[in-house]
Amino acid sequence: MSSHRLKFSQYLMLVFIMLGASIGDALLSRGMKQVGPVSFAHMGLLLHALLNPWVMGGIAVLISFMGSYMTALSWADLTFVQPATAFGNVVTALIGRLWLHEAITPMRWVGIACIVIGVGFVANGPSKTEQVALTGGEGA
Amino acid sequence: MTHLSGSTVITIVVMVLGATVGETLISAAMTRVGDLDEIRAKSGLPGAIKAVVTSPFLIAGIACMAISFFSLLFALSGADLSLVAPATNSLTFIATAVAAKFFLKENVDRRRWLAALFVAAGVALLTR
Repeated sequence: MSSHRLKFSQYLMLVFIMLGASIGDALLSRGMKQVGPVSFAHMGLLLHALLNPWVMGGIAVLISFMGSYMTALSWADLTFVQPATAFGNVVTALIGRLWLHEAITPMRWVGIACIVIGVGFVANGPSKTEQVALTGGEGA
Repeated sequence: MTHLSGSTVITIVVMVLGATVGETLISAAMTRVGDLDEIRAKSGLPGAIKAVVTSPFLIAGIACMAISFFSLLFALSGADLSLVAPATNSLTFIATAVAAKFFLKENVDRRRWLAALFVAAGVALLTR
């Protein structure tokens, strides 16, 4: 099974996929704390939240995350790209630890280790299965 | 002991199926569209966007993701997020590996099975 060698720009995109979702969520969370609690009675506040610069930044990051994720799926396998998205959970936990001073329980450290090991497994393997029948114009 | 009702279990199954089928369809869509970087180099960003949004697989995939999302909202009305999110996320990693092997014909070797299991366990532990 031959492995498709990834270009440097493609590695950069995978790093952004690992970080993008959690950075976007963190920005949204920070912005929504400024906006304040939204109740069902005041749903209009959600539209107001769209004007918050942190929320706008978060949405922009999440849109580019989705674009990068789909681009990566166009040149790599789902079982290669998807584990990388789990790395975002690790980043979120570490952001919580370093920035918000949340405690990380031993169970969570075990979880972090599992994700890092799992992502490391796929990262060492080939990124794309050779599929002449499915993709047709591969490398065209 | 967290209360786990029958309807919550059914909702979790629907969420996992929706997310798995959705991810698989989106991946199939992007494989059929071809290397987006090359399309963008040839016909610019508008060309790349047009190639993606006109893919029927992508639209079906997003519909499945939407079903999964609304099931999450439904599940949250009856169960805790701390139960539903880890269960769904980690099961989806394993279900996606199975779907990728059988429907996308991806070469899911031992390394990728192990990765799916480790990531699923890690997510379950981390988001608990």
